[in-house]
Amino acid sequence: MEKIFKHPKSLRNIATHYCAGCGHGTVHRIIAEVVDELGIRERVIGVAPVGCAVIAYDYWDFDCSEAAHGRALAVATGIKRERPQNIVFTYQGDGDLAAIGTSETIHAANRGENVTVIFINNAVYGMTGGQMAPTTLLGQKTTTTPLGREIKSHGWPLRISEMLALLPAVKYIERVSLHSPQETIKTKQAIKTAFQNQIDNIGFSLVEVLSSCPTYWDMPPKKALDWIKNEMIKEFPLGRIK
Amino acid sequence: MSIKKVLITGNEAIAEGAVQAGCTFYAGYPITPQNELTAYMSRRLPEAGGTFIQSESELAAINMVFGASAAGARAMTSSSSPGMSLKQEGISYIAGAELPAVIVNIMRGGPGLGNIWPAQSDYFQATRSGGHGDYHSIVLAPSSVQEAYEMMFLAFDLADKYRTPAIILGDGMLGQMMEPLLVRSKESGGGREKLQTKPWALTGCRGRRANIIKSFYMVEGDLEKFNLTLQKKYKAIQQEEARYESLFLDDARIILVAYGTMARIARAAVNNLRKKGKKAGLIRPITLWPFPQKAFTRHLRPNIRYLVVEMSYGQMLEDVKLAVNGKAKVEFLGRAGGGVPTEKEIIKSLSRL
Repeated sequence: MEKIFKHPKSLRNIATHYCAGCGHGTVHRIIAEVVDELGIRERVIGVAPVGCAVIAYDYWDFDCSEAAHGRALAVATGIKRERPQNIVFTYQGDGDLAAIGTSETIHAANRGENVTVIFINNAVYGMTGGQMAPTTLLGQKTTTTPLGREIKSHGWPLRISEMLALLPAVKYIERVSLHSPQETIKTKQAIKTAFQNQIDNIGFSLVEVLSSCPTYWDMPPKKALDWIKNEMIKEFPLGRIK
Repeated sequence: MSIKKVLITGNEAIAEGAVQAGCTFYAGYPITPQNELTAYMSRRLPEAGGTFIQSESELAAINMVFGASAAGARAMTSSSSPGMSLKQEGISYIAGAELPAVIVNIMRGGPGLGNIWPAQSDYFQATRSGGHGDYHSIVLAPSSVQEAYEMMFLAFDLADKYRTPAIILGDGMLGQMMEPLLVRSKESGGGREKLQTKPWALTGCRGRRANIIKSFYMVEGDLEKFNLTLQKKYKAIQQEEARYESLFLDDARIILVAYGTMARIARAAVNNLRKKGKKAGLIRPITLWPFPQKAFTRHLRPNIRYLVVEMSYGQMLEDVKLAVNGKAKVEFLGRAGGGVPTEKEIIKSLSRL
């Protein structure tokens, strides 16, 4: 009988350190499946962020680099320019990509670097204990917004994907979510497109994944998925942005 | 290999030396007084088949260098003092990830925005880690346009050999001044044929296990172990790579200690004093880290006096004092913020010793 579901070759068979209900493990696996399906495991180079996914390279089984906090797209630029024959992607959280690394993000996109960006938006800083992120929703309580995020002191949630879509060199941006099996399948399709674009030399491609953080949202995993569906999507609508 | 003579600035000589030494990746951000280096690279490096990027910031430049080096390139960036402060994060990560890289600092006056005049006030930053953590960069200090050019070959070789950042520490005077340079022809390919293979580099995991470039050690005890391997490497560098030039040490009673362009003025003072029958000598550290301690211990005599001359208010002075370890008297003459100790000032301060 043919085996139709198996462990991806690009994913090491070990337990992750992620909390119950966290989206990182799901996206790690999706990336591993896509890398296997596109047959690029031997030429892919991943760039891991600083944040909860800092040791993503311990889970993927292909070449990877770390990057200082926010600098993933500068590191990826260096790798891709030196080795254009390789497939280079970054995996970054909202604090990494849209706060401390905003400059590197915008300029790599504006140069049209032919790389793939997987952007995990969980509206919070996970690794450091649940502080406000640039994507934290208005009213959302975090360690550093104990009364909830409010416009006057903290500004609006940052829609960086919409900002990036304004740049002529950006070729593909899609926002997806992990809140249901259907949406997770769409997430995989978008990530596959973003990798295929690089293989086809189309240019800068980014997938923003709305992902849950039950621990710092202070919710059970099921409720956290519902919160994405009922609250997050209002601020961050799903679909193809560019 | 054919050699020709050209008239060229220090900044351009450094860039040409880098290309000939096999540099294939340069990223930099504009800052005076090193802009000629970046401009030269923007034209020359693509012509030689390499990549030039004018980055959006110093942070981006040094992290692009991190990435290119991780992918196996001979990679470099250049800047001047305020820009070097911004690069320190990346240099710490490069040291921690054990990547080779060459970083040029054409120093200017500080602190803060300071000014664009030559200075040597970043000695501490270059030789004492500069960024966070227990690490060292190899620090090389050229004193002429010719030496700056030649030093690029050495810098890339040492960076590759020890998988560590190497800093070229020059100053605005060296960067801006033109001198005749004996340069290898462009066609000769310079040192590229000697390039080491880099089995650790990120090239895709075809036919081997996956490579990981990182400086992060989460398991208890692992980071301490890694630091000990770094310290072992630094000890080997200290034993093998210290370099200096000296003049008249055998009978010198007064030894001037200076590096970079400051050493040229000190040399003029020494020659002048010798003509007057004074027993003056010179130690010019070529590597600032590792500091050439042997230059001092070899010639230690109780009747020797040292005069350290710097375009700073006494930074290398501390290394000289550590090397001499109280066994001889160490005096200091320094100016900074645009001031350069003159030959006259050196001789005048010696007459007071």
